[in-house]
Amino acid sequence: MNLNGKKVTLHDMSLRDGMHAKRHQISLDEMVNIATGMDEAGMPLIEVTHGDGLGGASVNYGFPAHTDEEYLNAVVPKMKNAKVSALLLPGIGTVDHLKMARDCGVSTIRVATHCTEADVSEQHIGMAAKMEMDTVGFLMMAHMVSPEKILEQAKLMVNYGANCIYATDSAGYMLPDEVTAKIGLLRAELPSSVEIGFHGHHNMGMAIANSLAAIEAGASRIDGSVAGLGAGAGNTPLEVFCAVLDRMGVESGVDLYKIMDVAEDRVVPMMDQPIRVDRDALTLGYAGVYSSFLLFAQRAEKKYGIQARDILVELGRRGTVGGQEDMIEDLALTMAKEKGLI
Amino acid sequence: MSKKLKAAIIGPGNIGTDLLMKMKRSEWIEPVWMVGIDPTSEGLKRAEEMGIKTCATGVDGLLPHVIEDDIRVAFDATSAYVHAENSRKLNELGVIMIDLTPAAVGPYCVPPVNLADHAKNLEMNVNMVTCGGQATIPMVAAVSRVQPVEYGEIIATVSSRSVGPGTRQNIDEFTRTTAGAVEKVGGAKKGKAIIIINPAEPPLIMRDTIHCLTEGEPDQAAITESVHAMVKEVQKYVPGYRLVNGPVFDGNRVSCFMEVEGLGDFLPKYAGNLDIMTAAGLRTAEMFAEEAANGAITLPERG
Repeated sequence: MNLNGKKVTLHDMSLRDGMHAKRHQISLDEMVNIATGMDEAGMPLIEVTHGDGLGGASVNYGFPAHTDEEYLNAVVPKMKNAKVSALLLPGIGTVDHLKMARDCGVSTIRVATHCTEADVSEQHIGMAAKMEMDTVGFLMMAHMVSPEKILEQAKLMVNYGANCIYATDSAGYMLPDEVTAKIGLLRAELPSSVEIGFHGHHNMGMAIANSLAAIEAGASRIDGSVAGLGAGAGNTPLEVFCAVLDRMGVESGVDLYKIMDVAEDRVVPMMDQPIRVDRDALTLGYAGVYSSFLLFAQRAEKKYGIQARDILVELGRRGTVGGQEDMIEDLALTMAKEKGLI
Repeated sequence: MSKKLKAAIIGPGNIGTDLLMKMKRSEWIEPVWMVGIDPTSEGLKRAEEMGIKTCATGVDGLLPHVIEDDIRVAFDATSAYVHAENSRKLNELGVIMIDLTPAAVGPYCVPPVNLADHAKNLEMNVNMVTCGGQATIPMVAAVSRVQPVEYGEIIATVSSRSVGPGTRQNIDEFTRTTAGAVEKVGGAKKGKAIIIINPAEPPLIMRDTIHCLTEGEPDQAAITESVHAMVKEVQKYVPGYRLVNGPVFDGNRVSCFMEVEGLGDFLPKYAGNLDIMTAAGLRTAEMFAEEAANGAITLPERG
C-alpha cells in the first residue's frame, strides 16, 4: 500500500467514545489534562461529550460525572490550537443541545444516525450548517448495509448541509475490503468539496488496517483515540496509528513522541480496565454489535448469571442498533427466566 | 336517539384510516366524514368505499356540514402546522377536537391517567402527546401514584417502517413533547425521553422501557401491584400492551420493559406505536360520549 505524501486529519475520541469505557466518569481535571496534552502534541480535533453524545445523560446510558456543558467549558478555553467537536444523536439530543455546544465554543458538530435513518438528522445538520459550523454526518453501524445504501443516506446528509460524511464501524465488524468499498464509493460519488471520514473500533483487531484502507480509498479524516480509550476494544489507538502513518509517509501534523506520552502518562493511568480485545469485545466485532453494549452486557452477566457473550450474540441476531442499551437488561431478564435462574 | 357521537376524521393517511377502522366498531362514536386535501388520495377513496362522506377541500369543506350532520367530535391526524387553525374553526362550532398531531394546543391526554378529568371538564381540545408517551406515561404514573418520582425516563424503540416523514423531520418535537408529558401527566419531577428507530426486517414490534427514580426506597409490593393494574387499564383499549419484564428494582430505580403490539387494523401489528395513538384517541372520544350520555357533561348547545 502506498500512501506516501497523503495528508490526513486525525480526530481524537478518547474524551467522548472513551467515556463509555469510563462509565462516563472522567473528571474535569482528567479531561483538561488529556486535552491539553493532545493540543500540545498537535492533535487538530478533539471530541468532548457524554459517550452517547450531547444529552446522553440518562439511566439508559449512564449519568456522567459532569454535564456536557461543564466538560466543554472546562476544555475549550484551554485549547491553543486544537478545535473541539461534539457528537449529537437525534432522538437523544436536540438542537437545544447543539446551540449550547456552539455557545461553549464547539466548532465541529457531528450528527450521528443509524446508517439507514439519515432523514432524522435534517433539522440538526441544517441548524449546524446554518450556524456555519464544521458539520459532519456520521452514519453508524455502517457494516449493516451495502455501500450503495450508505451512499444514498450520505447524499441526504450532504443535501441537509453536511460538509463531511463518515462511514462508522460502530461494531468493529468491518474488514479492510469492506472499508475500501464503502469509503471508495462515497469518495467517487460525493462532491469533492465533501470530506470523507472513517471511525473504527478495534474489536476484531482491524482498526489500524481499516483506517489505512480508508485513507487509501479517499478518506481524509480518521477517528481514533489516544491509548485506544473507547467503547468495546477501543478505537483506533492514535499513538500507534501516528507511528504507522509516520513510517508510511502520511502527514498528520501530530508529534509522535508527544502523543505516545499522552497515551502512556495521562490516559492509561486512568483506565478502569485494560482496553483490549477480550472475549466480550471480540464478540462485539464478530457478531456486529454496537461497541458501547460491552460494559452493560458484562454488568448484566454479573447480575443475572447469563454470559455476556450469549447476550451480545443474541442482540446481534435481533438486529439491535446503537442506543438500544435498554434491551440488554431486558434480554438478560428474559434469558434468566428461561433458564430458571430467576 | 342514538347515544353515539358523530365524528369527522381530518387526514386520510395511515393514522386516519386505522382510526376509521377502529371507529366502525365503536359503540360510542360514529364516523361520518373523512376530510383530506387531495381528491386523488388513496385514503379518501378507502373512506368512500367504507361508506363515509368525504371532502377533499380541507376543514373549510367540512364546516358547512358540521351542524347539519351533528358532528360533535373531530380527530386531527394531519400535522402540527395546520392543527391550531383546524381546531379553532371546529371548536367555534362546538366540535370537540382530539389532536393526534404534536401541536399540543390543548392539555395532554393519556387515557388511563387523566382522561376522566378532561372529560369532566369538557376540554374542547385534548392532545394525545406522542406514541412513545401513550406507551410509557401510564407506567410512570403507576409508580408516581404510589410514591414521588424524582426522575422519569422513557426509551421508545420503533420500527423504521412505522415512522413517517413528519416525525423524522422533527424528531426533537417527539423528545421534547414526550419528556414534558412524562412530567405533567406521568408525575415525574423531571422527565427525559429517548427514541430509537430500528430498521430490522421483519420489523420489530414497538418496545418501550420506563425507568423511574423514586424518592426514597421504592415500595416494591405497592409499585408492582400498581404497575400490573395500570397494564390492565391500557389493555382495555390496546390488548397488545404487554409487560415483558419488571418492574425491576435496583436501589431507587424502578424499570419496566414493555412491548406494544397493534391490532393490525390498517396498520401492521408491529406498528404498536401508531396503534396506541389511534386507540387512545378513540378511547378519549368514547369517554366524552359516555359522560355526555349519562348526563355528567353537557355538550355545547345546538339549535
